[in-house]
Amino acid sequence: MFQRVSRRAFSVLVVAEHEAGKIGQGTLAAVTAAKQINSGPVTVLVAGSDAAAAAEAAGKISGVDNVLHAKDAKYDHAVAEQVSALLVSLQKANNYTHILGTASNEGKNFIPRAAALLDAQPISDIVSVVSADTFVRPVYAGNALATVQSTDAVKILTVRPTAFEKAAAEGGSAAVAEASGETASGPASTWKEDQIVKSDRPDLGSAKRVVAGGRGMKSGENFEMLYKLADKMGAAVGASRAAVDAGFVPNELQIGQTGKVVAPELYLAVGLSGAVQHLAGMKDSKVITCINKDPEAPIFQVSDYGLEGDLFKEVPA
Amino acid sequence: LCCVVDQESLLVSTMKVLVGVKRVVDYAVKIRIKGDKSAVETANVKMSMNPFCEIAVEEAIRLKEKKSAKEVIAVSIGPKQSVETIRTALAMGADRGIHVTTDMRTDQEVQPLAIAKVFAKLIEEEKPDLVILGKQSIDDDSNQTGQMLAGLMDWPQATFANELTFGDDGTISVKREIDGGLQTVSASLPAVVTADLRLNQPRYATLPNIMKAKKKKVDSKALADMGVDVEPRFTVTEVSDPPTRQAGSVV
Repeated sequence: MFQRVSRRAFSVLVVAEHEAGKIGQGTLAAVTAAKQINSGPVTVLVAGSDAAAAAEAAGKISGVDNVLHAKDAKYDHAVAEQVSALLVSLQKANNYTHILGTASNEGKNFIPRAAALLDAQPISDIVSVVSADTFVRPVYAGNALATVQSTDAVKILTVRPTAFEKAAAEGGSAAVAEASGETASGPASTWKEDQIVKSDRPDLGSAKRVVAGGRGMKSGENFEMLYKLADKMGAAVGASRAAVDAGFVPNELQIGQTGKVVAPELYLAVGLSGAVQHLAGMKDSKVITCINKDPEAPIFQVSDYGLEGDLFKEVPA
Repeated sequence: LCCVVDQESLLVSTMKVLVGVKRVVDYAVKIRIKGDKSAVETANVKMSMNPFCEIAVEEAIRLKEKKSAKEVIAVSIGPKQSVETIRTALAMGADRGIHVTTDMRTDQEVQPLAIAKVFAKLIEEEKPDLVILGKQSIDDDSNQTGQMLAGLMDWPQATFANELTFGDDGTISVKREIDGGLQTVSASLPAVVTADLRLNQPRYATLPNIMKAKKKKVDSKALADMGVDVEPRFTVTEVSDPPTRQAGSVV
């Protein structure tokens, strides 16, 4: 395999998440990371059958230089096999120095596959950019931070949305160009259906305030108290793994090492002990508060304000 | 073709399942960073099977119990003690093991791309119909290996699996965790599935099964002899403590 000796111009591709014409918050964070990586042009890729509005919105993001719109139903639901094949085609055509996705279930599904096809070792969940080849990422449930320096010709990364400022959604004026790629060469998985929980509450991943319940809530019915409280506070509702495993709330509310990572301005942990794996998902919140009747619970160690009391008395009050 | 009809016209599966099991620092251990900040301290620290790998093994065993699978092979890449992790999988019900030995650090030197290439090599020899890996290992928290392996093999992938069902037509239906809820996908075999937390509750190995496991076969090969490029693609230049929060006031 031959390697170019001459220095290649920087150029970053950000793979966008989008829904109903809106670009995802994670993508705005990835654009910020892209700008920190180098001074080369930032291209945002928007793929799907009904993504023209999202592509236009991508062009308005401050700092974006180009938008590629791959209009094809095979990219709907971000089917990993197809999106990966598209990334390979685009990389062959445009030789990006960096490809960025969001460290969400969506991005984590296809980015590593694309990296393998490009014979690259991706670096996932970066929380900081040190230089064009060096990044920081959490390991061991965020109990350590690893600084890693990549030698790959193309650096493929996923970006932790809570770790970077969101680029302004207005101010940019990038042109949208149509793009296409090869279809996946092998058999692909087939999307059948989504079961999305619709809610009027803010999205957990990007909410400014979060109220989270743990095993101490004792039942799913008791979470009603938290939903009411959250509505008063304009907050999203989350949960510990224990509460999800006990069936109190659905999966997508789980905050933690292997669930969602959040960093709201205010995090209120109710009846939640604060296991290490849970802390991994919320310890970057600006203000952490808790209500717990056990003064020894680890959650008090990370809380700015802790209320020692019975949640069943304190919350309704 | 993974199913054959035997003499009594019963559908008997010949499906082979490969499961990866990784030896990692036990989830309950409070980790310490080495004095030279080169890595996390793992000497004299309690090690266990990665929790997501336990779930992967459990799912494979259930497939055997349901007669959807005939043979479950547990694979581990790691130091000589990784054989204990394989023995745990055998005690849970796996049929045999493959131990690829290496003294490279499995939390930062042997990287997911290399692991995927090793699995691809083993797949060439073993020809499984299904590979189940844990979604991520709790040491490097990469969440990449399954996806990368599927890419190298050009197989369909179903990641973050919450429920796995077999169709009669040699396809699988997988309910998987997505950002806003759950998603159902179907895929033809062979395929790679990665196990998420709620796929199942792994069983404890019983003492009789632990004893039986000692007789099961474990093949050993050196990573260096596999003819796979396992050169690290990134170097860890420093491992440091995250910023600490000061404990606040109790109201």
